[in-house]
Amino acid sequence: MASEMKEKEVFDSESAKELVKELRASFVAGKTKSYEWRRTQLKAMLKMMEENEPQIVAALRDDLSKPELESSIYEIAMLKNSCRLALKEMKHWMMPEKAKTSLTTFPSSAEIVSEPFGVVLVISAWNYPFLLSLDPVVGAIAAGNAIVLKPSEIAPATASLLAKLVSNYLDSSCIKVVEGAVPETSALLEQKWDKIFYTGNGRIARIVMAAAAKHLTPVLLELGGKSPVIVDSGINLQVATRRIIAGKWGCNNGQACISPDYVITTKDFALKLVDSFKCELERFYGKNLLESKDLSRIVNSNHFARLLKLLDEDKVSIKIVHGGERDKTNLKIAPTILLDVPQDSLIMNEEIFGPLLPIILVDKVEDSFDVINSSGTKPLAAYLFTNNKKLKEKFVATVSAGGLVVNDTAVHLAEHTLPFGGVGDSGMGAYHGKFSFDAFSHKKAVLYRGFACDAFMRYPPYTSGKLRLLQALLGGSILGIIRALLGWSKA
Amino acid sequence: MDKFEKNLEREVTAMRECYRSGKTKQESWRRSQLKGLQTFLKEKEVEIFRVLKQDLGKHYVEAFRDEVGLLRKSLNLALKDLKKWMSSREVKLPIIALLSSAELVPEPLGLILVISTWNFPFVLSLEPLIGAIAAGNGVVLKPSELAPACSSLLVNFLPNYLDSEAIKVIEGGPAVGEQLLQQKWDKIFFTGSARVGRMIMSAAAKHLTPATLELGGKCPAVLDSLSWSWDKEVAVNRIIGAKYGSCAGQVCISVDYLLVEKTFSSTVVELMKVLIKKMYGDNPRESHSVARIINKHHFLRLKNLLTDQMVKDSIVYGGSMDEDSLFIEPTILVDPPLQSTIMTEEIFGPLLPIITLDKIEDSIDFINSRPKPLAIYAFTHNEVLRKRMVSETSSGSVVFNDAIIQFVADTIPFGGIGESGFGKYHGKFSFDTFSHYKAIARRSFLTDFWFRFPPWNNYKLELLETSYNYDYFGVLLVILGLKKSRRRFDIN
Repeated sequence: MASEMKEKEVFDSESAKELVKELRASFVAGKTKSYEWRRTQLKAMLKMMEENEPQIVAALRDDLSKPELESSIYEIAMLKNSCRLALKEMKHWMMPEKAKTSLTTFPSSAEIVSEPFGVVLVISAWNYPFLLSLDPVVGAIAAGNAIVLKPSEIAPATASLLAKLVSNYLDSSCIKVVEGAVPETSALLEQKWDKIFYTGNGRIARIVMAAAAKHLTPVLLELGGKSPVIVDSGINLQVATRRIIAGKWGCNNGQACISPDYVITTKDFALKLVDSFKCELERFYGKNLLESKDLSRIVNSNHFARLLKLLDEDKVSIKIVHGGERDKTNLKIAPTILLDVPQDSLIMNEEIFGPLLPIILVDKVEDSFDVINSSGTKPLAAYLFTNNKKLKEKFVATVSAGGLVVNDTAVHLAEHTLPFGGVGDSGMGAYHGKFSFDAFSHKKAVLYRGFACDAFMRYPPYTSGKLRLLQALLGGSILGIIRALLGWSKA
Repeated sequence: MDKFEKNLEREVTAMRECYRSGKTKQESWRRSQLKGLQTFLKEKEVEIFRVLKQDLGKHYVEAFRDEVGLLRKSLNLALKDLKKWMSSREVKLPIIALLSSAELVPEPLGLILVISTWNFPFVLSLEPLIGAIAAGNGVVLKPSELAPACSSLLVNFLPNYLDSEAIKVIEGGPAVGEQLLQQKWDKIFFTGSARVGRMIMSAAAKHLTPATLELGGKCPAVLDSLSWSWDKEVAVNRIIGAKYGSCAGQVCISVDYLLVEKTFSSTVVELMKVLIKKMYGDNPRESHSVARIINKHHFLRLKNLLTDQMVKDSIVYGGSMDEDSLFIEPTILVDPPLQSTIMTEEIFGPLLPIITLDKIEDSIDFINSRPKPLAIYAFTHNEVLRKRMVSETSSGSVVFNDAIIQFVADTIPFGGIGESGFGKYHGKFSFDTFSHYKAIARRSFLTDFWFRFPPWNNYKLELLETSYNYDYFGVLLVILGLKKSRRRFDIN
């Protein structure tokens, strides 16, 4: 096999430097700025998806055993939507935004002009390797940048496919894919970028931001966290359970940044909830959850071992009320529910990113907020199932997270009018829809002044008369200015 | 230092407790703090003028124009618009999201660290503070030790007007700054040099703390050949006002250097000499309208810029310096060598190099061959040149026919790009910079898209796809069995 492979060139610091130089030349030549170029690239991306859907689905199956529907809908269809939205709205997004001006700069007019940053680096993740690579790229293209995409090596089939498709369909003098792992990523991070967009975990994010700091490069970090789900009583339990299942196991088998990580519910309601889960899980995935083809597998043996470590901790393994089966050969872990897990366990102190769902018990549902806030970190998402208006209000007021959803899970990320991003440990910056365009644009303020009126009180020699005028001008009142001019105000 | 470190940790922990209590989120609290700042500025105005004179030699009218007056304007705006800024914004959803609603809710980030600088010690400390308070955060402010009288005033008196449980002022130099950076903040707002900006961002990276960096750069002014004398006079007044009249050129958005056409340069130089005299009299030092250089270190730095013989030879006006009083008179140079330090580093002082070009359009390439500045100023009536300036150069902002004044406009963002920084503030942009816009989506139990859930089949796939495309007619066709699946590959 090795002898059949072409000898791959080593991608080191020098290669990275050359790459950036080439892209910068393309950018400076103005290639990426025109509306036509941006449009052509986005249309090519749509064509790429239309012509290669089976290959994309196959790559995702190779990398993650991702069910075809998840690939088609959560990766391809969502990306197509992004492209279509950008194609439809881009002209409007590219237009300068008129800004009002006030008395202090009278007479003047102002606008905010969106311009591309320049050459941007997109570092993607392995769990939605197609979507999380190209969705940011859509924003970067729409905003007129040149781009280097570094897909995750943990999803190698998708990374290879991306490299091939991007070079075949998109303008490779302006958009490039660099495959590789730590050495290649490090080589890329040494270079000066105009913006870095990173999706992944907090540990690597710190490395990315530290590298960016050397060049004063702004960063957008899409990270994760433990997204909690609070389940109140008095709700439509069947619908709630289904939605939680869809957000947890239905999203790459829990390996998603906005997957419900753990549930909080009252002691009184817990058993009903567990029964409902058991029932709906069987309805969705059949009796033998380990064999279901509608569930992704665990991505690799590292993560498999990591998840087992969480599951097999003594004080946790005794809390399993459903599932727990594992198949090492096929890297499968059955949807597993744990009840009344201790808060000082491993599983409650790191993002699970897998098919294990701990349930934490509280006396009254209002106590859930303390549980969430006691972790001291802000998750990417938080969910609440309730019909209680006051509880909803308290949820919105006290829980800080990237985004909140009431009575559902995960859906907010499909809504392009909502910014998708984290806060605190779950990240900084946001994208989707126009927010993607904005994420990759520098908003330049442009102020137009005339020569006609000159506010002479700005200049020395300074006098108390000028001071009075300045006070009136900065005070923003025309009457004040008149009074100052007439000498009627005190300095 | 250990004791300081322990005290600091204790204080920050206490501030976090205070923040968790929800006090700073209340609209009433924010208003009371903003009003407290208003009272501070009113009651301490004379003191503020005094310390600005002491640290920087600023005339009180300059101090009002550039610091106190600006802050008053910002406070008025924040108090007027606070409710509007704090309110949540409803977000449109497509029809298919039946019985759902969504909104964006601004919430504070938590604890903010504001590190200010010495040239505008009040406005650069308090303007970010206004934004952070309006957004409902707790704040620690570290003013610059290089303006010691101003820093002392802030440390000793500001807490009397504000809630010292949630807002603190901590004095000190780089060592204190380093200690502060060890703590975990929810945002860091830094104004200063690019060198320190890198250190700040590195420290922030350890805690994944977002930062706004307001840095500097060499902000060029492009002066086109204007024909009307009124225009010429106004343009030159604005340039020299921006250069010499605001903290003696020690401003991040000062006119660093000027670009003019060769044929126009002597007119410009002569006009400048006349107008400088008009503004500052025959003896600028006696006029007390030109600020001092902040300290000996910067004075010597500026002096050294002129030691090179070729640079010295290019001086056409001014050049005299007095080390005792840290005074440098308004100075003009014409065509110093481009590789000299005065043309490669940010000047930050009252020395104005004029670079002559064959044609004014060459200014675009000249500017683009250098790092992106915080601002570009262009004085011109030429529409084509204006359009090219905006679309072919990159900077924090562009101002036509004026300079520095963009600092006063609170409807446009103020911030840099590339070496001049990232992030922005002023007006509502300040509120936004210190807020997290939380997305809230609400669904009903009533509508449920059963095709969201497994077990999967092609039918559900078609429904999902048409739904995602907002293709309502397509959805209907699928339901009626009239839309054929175009997929021919095997699901498994």
